[in-house]
Amino acid sequence: MPSAASKHLLFILAPLVVVFALLPGVYQNHLLLFNFVIFLILAQGVNIIYGFTGYLPFGYVGFFGAGAYGFAIMVMHLQWPAVLAVLVGGVVAVLLGLLLTPLLRLSGAYFAIANLAASLAVLHFVANPALEGITKGPYGVSLTGTFNPTHAYYAAVVVMGLTVGAVVYLKNSAFGLALQAVREDAVSASMAGVNIVKMRVIAWLASALIAGLAGGIYAWYVSVFYPDNVFSGEFSIFAIVFALFGGVATITGPIVGVIILYGIYNLIGFTTPQYFQLIYGLLIMGLVLFLPAGLVSLATRRGWNVP
Amino acid sequence: MSPEQTPILKVSRLVKRFGGFHALDGLSFHVTPGEILGLVGPNGSGKTTAINVISGLYAPDGGEVTFDGASAGGAASHRLVHRGINRTFQVPKPFLSLTVRQNIQVALAYGGATATPPSIAELLDEYRLKEVADRPAADLNSAQQKMLDLTRALATRPRLLLLDELAAGLNPAELDWIAGRIKALASTGMAIIVVEHLMGFIEQITDRVIVLNAGKEIFEGTLATAVREPQVIEVFLGGEHAH
Repeated sequence: MPSAASKHLLFILAPLVVVFALLPGVYQNHLLLFNFVIFLILAQGVNIIYGFTGYLPFGYVGFFGAGAYGFAIMVMHLQWPAVLAVLVGGVVAVLLGLLLTPLLRLSGAYFAIANLAASLAVLHFVANPALEGITKGPYGVSLTGTFNPTHAYYAAVVVMGLTVGAVVYLKNSAFGLALQAVREDAVSASMAGVNIVKMRVIAWLASALIAGLAGGIYAWYVSVFYPDNVFSGEFSIFAIVFALFGGVATITGPIVGVIILYGIYNLIGFTTPQYFQLIYGLLIMGLVLFLPAGLVSLATRRGWNVP
Repeated sequence: MSPEQTPILKVSRLVKRFGGFHALDGLSFHVTPGEILGLVGPNGSGKTTAINVISGLYAPDGGEVTFDGASAGGAASHRLVHRGINRTFQVPKPFLSLTVRQNIQVALAYGGATATPPSIAELLDEYRLKEVADRPAADLNSAQQKMLDLTRALATRPRLLLLDELAAGLNPAELDWIAGRIKALASTGMAIIVVEHLMGFIEQITDRVIVLNAGKEIFEGTLATAVREPQVIEVFLGGEHAH
């Protein structure tokens, strides 16, 4: 009999990757598909740090932007191939994550606010005109030499597969259980022998790596961007709302959240951002009040086991 | 207890302050393998603080904690767990959204037990959690959560077990049953320190008690002797009852 992890890989991860690998052949709006994949990655990254450890990363976009600029700098100044530059984007995000590990001493709203402030600090650091020679400052970067949306799209699908695979591992391993134990009660987790600082740092850096890789691929795909684009708070808010809407600490919750919410968003075709923000603000409030554990909790309340 | 045995835990002149308040003020005692030591005293006398310092939740402000011949004062809790110290909490602290089985699995996977730990099935069976094994810990009643706290500790195969008011809230039948379990654990060589307000329960299971007041030891011996000590009577009942 296959293990639960094998089932999750076979019935969740594999179909997801296959569908998104084949969709460009039958659906022409490739940018929309790419955005879906990017949000699937980011929502799962939020899932790892929030769902499994309880830290709500309102400044998650800081890692995404750091990855985008890590990619851009390697391509602009060292002419590295795009795939390697994406990996550097991931490494830059991890280094930023290491720099920000003291934030893990905070909890709840304090962590969320400090994380948001940190992402803004990184934005203003990158956008500083004094760094024009390195980051192009506020004037934006143009990476037309590496422009290849098809390759970038499939790189995103690969990273999405790896990210969902990481969540499958967390959902089915003692490591994932220990992370949840730390989230539930850090003191009790330490008395179960869990090194809580190490666990939190690993989850934090893993989620930073995921966002950094996504940011690098995003830079590869769009090729021309400004600091405000890749450090836009909307990335954090969307990823958090999608993950929460579906249900964190599950494999399927963030996937369902992205597909339903981002799908509705594009179907309705909102064009006025202020209405969109208003609706999303109300949505967060509604979620917290009525479905704090996300859509999947509708099933779990009935005793169904939702992976 | 065999008096010639080497203590597994030695606490010497332990001091713990919270601001200007001395929760522990030069406390010294020891416990040997297989012994059940009771820590008793009025509220605020330092019993739980002593347990918190020994289990690494608080760093001591002075004095020494020696476990198995090596210093243990101020070490991180998870390292002390790996060395063989574990505890339960006055208010049980299970991982509420995890199932009972998963709660124990975490401790089995990360407890660093040097000897073969008991299996999940054994723990569930021995501590009456079999029926609720796959339910979230949040669904358990208080007594069951206490047993889960205990099984989480036992899964790490401790050589020193600290029980903080484990018996509070249990009915008489449950008290007899858990007293038997604690004595059975001690008979395997486990040293056990019990903090408890239920004197009948303390009398039933302990070999020796330390009576604390204001962070200091005021008596050491059997509970039967302690209850005849004027100083002990005074701190429990007030000055006018001591004479």
